[in-house]
Amino acid sequence: MRTVWIILFVVFAGYTALVYTQGESGTVEIADDRIRAGMHTWQEQNCTSCHQLYGLGGYMGPDLTNAHRTFGEHRMRTFIRYGTGRMPAHALSEAEIDGLIAFLAWVDRTGTSQVAPDNVHWTGTYIIEPTTP
Amino acid sequence: MTTATRWHIGFALLMLATALVVGSLAAFAFVFPDIGAHLSFRQLRPMHVSAALFWIITGATAGVFHFKRSEFAETHRSVLHATFLVLWTATILAVFGFYAVNEYGGREYWEFPPFLGIPLLLAWLMLMADYFRAWFKRATDPPLYVWMWSTGMLFFLITFLEQNLYLIPWFRDNYLREITVQWKSNGAMVGAWNQMIYGTALFLMVKLSGDAGVARGRKVFIFWFLGLSNLMLNWGHHIYNVPTAGWIRHVAYSISMAEWIFLTNIIRGFRAKMTEQRIHASVLTYRFLLASEFWIFLNLFLALLMSIPAINRYTHGTHITVAHAMGTTIGINTMILLASLGTILRVDELTGTGRTWITIGRRITTASLLVFWSALIAAGLLKGYRSVALGMTDFQAMMVPVYSVLNVFAFAGIGVLFGLGIVVWIFMRVALRSSPHR
Repeated sequence: MRTVWIILFVVFAGYTALVYTQGESGTVEIADDRIRAGMHTWQEQNCTSCHQLYGLGGYMGPDLTNAHRTFGEHRMRTFIRYGTGRMPAHALSEAEIDGLIAFLAWVDRTGTSQVAPDNVHWTGTYIIEPTTP
Repeated sequence: MTTATRWHIGFALLMLATALVVGSLAAFAFVFPDIGAHLSFRQLRPMHVSAALFWIITGATAGVFHFKRSEFAETHRSVLHATFLVLWTATILAVFGFYAVNEYGGREYWEFPPFLGIPLLLAWLMLMADYFRAWFKRATDPPLYVWMWSTGMLFFLITFLEQNLYLIPWFRDNYLREITVQWKSNGAMVGAWNQMIYGTALFLMVKLSGDAGVARGRKVFIFWFLGLSNLMLNWGHHIYNVPTAGWIRHVAYSISMAEWIFLTNIIRGFRAKMTEQRIHASVLTYRFLLASEFWIFLNLFLALLMSIPAINRYTHGTHITVAHAMGTTIGINTMILLASLGTILRVDELTGTGRTWITIGRRITTASLLVFWSALIAAGLLKGYRSVALGMTDFQAMMVPVYSVLNVFAFAGIGVLFGLGIVVWIFMRVALRSSPHR
């Protein structure tokens, strides 16, 4: 009993180490200060309450993983500043808006939120090619 | 029941009541923009999520800490348990205070400023110290539920720490690593509290049936190890669409598919369950356990389908995920926790209309939850079809028919609020008027 538990725990610990060090598929992007500030604003404003990144988060507004390529910087800036539809206007400074857009542009470079039909393998799993920087 | 247990249960029930009220307000703010203009969804959502999460963790530990006293033959009052309760309660109240003034940490599930994690961690360490001090003095060869409680306590600590790793720049400076570690910890944390809750369900079944063999033997332990492997490795289904290394996806997919064995076992045990149901039909707390098994069946089937990436492609990021979350937290966790707390509060000894109202409350909850759950699935199917199959990119246009279905969800939520509200009200009254040593 105890032995099986310990074996499972060791497997878990080993797998955790592997996930931490080898889990990403090739893209290693180091965030700069502007992106870090944008990530901080994203969290501070609790954007995840209404929006998703990679389909994870709230359901009130659209998934923003690829918002940068879909809407472009100018439209994003307008949405954040004046609000739209169900989204309220956010009283953010220019620097905060710049950071937020830089953060979303950074997220956008890591991949696409929706998996293309070509990536679905016959076994039911996905085969997704590593994102190149 | 000690005074600490009484307050532990009282605070857990307060969190459930908060989750129900705020959740209903949030649902209406979500569906009806006119109402949403007056209620801040940005505040209501974290309040609802945190209250639900703290209801589950506080309720789970209330059961474990009461039942462990008889299991570990404890007679003394625990200062550590009481200190945990003070620190835990005060920090959670502070969490709601920060939400009220729009101060967030902005992480899914744990949306409060991260420094509040420090007193929560300290409180948890006290609880663990109290639990494992007794655990190490226990008789050898403990039953399965003791293993489950212990594993749940330990893994909650591990996943809680992991959840905060993003505070270290090395983790957050690579977005794919950040999102992977975040959902690894979130996924495994759900498994951790399930260990405590399912352990208590098993404990209750042993006491109800008088058969200690229910929690011993090779078969139950094999099933538990299978469940434990899922806790440790299947979290990857949350992030199938994230371009991580492929093996994370494949491991999660493979291990998730082992859950078909659980589903098959539930179906095979159906006849035995019918006999058991006839024997214990009059026991109120058993009816809550039985309700949880109905929801386990439905949600396990849904989870298995969602764990197949080809199907997940249509369900991910839709309200089907919410249906699964609500089905498991209300249908499974809350029902087991109410059975557990009801046993501690001895609600089966209630006389007068109390018993009748608990039964009415449970029935209203089950019926409303079925409508609520089905509406979310229908909304998710619509969203998945319109966004993935039709490729619609205009979010507002895509959501038009989805909002119509969500009206049903919002009104069914009132039924859940009303049904569970009745049960919480009666339980709370019993908890607060019980003499400490009843």
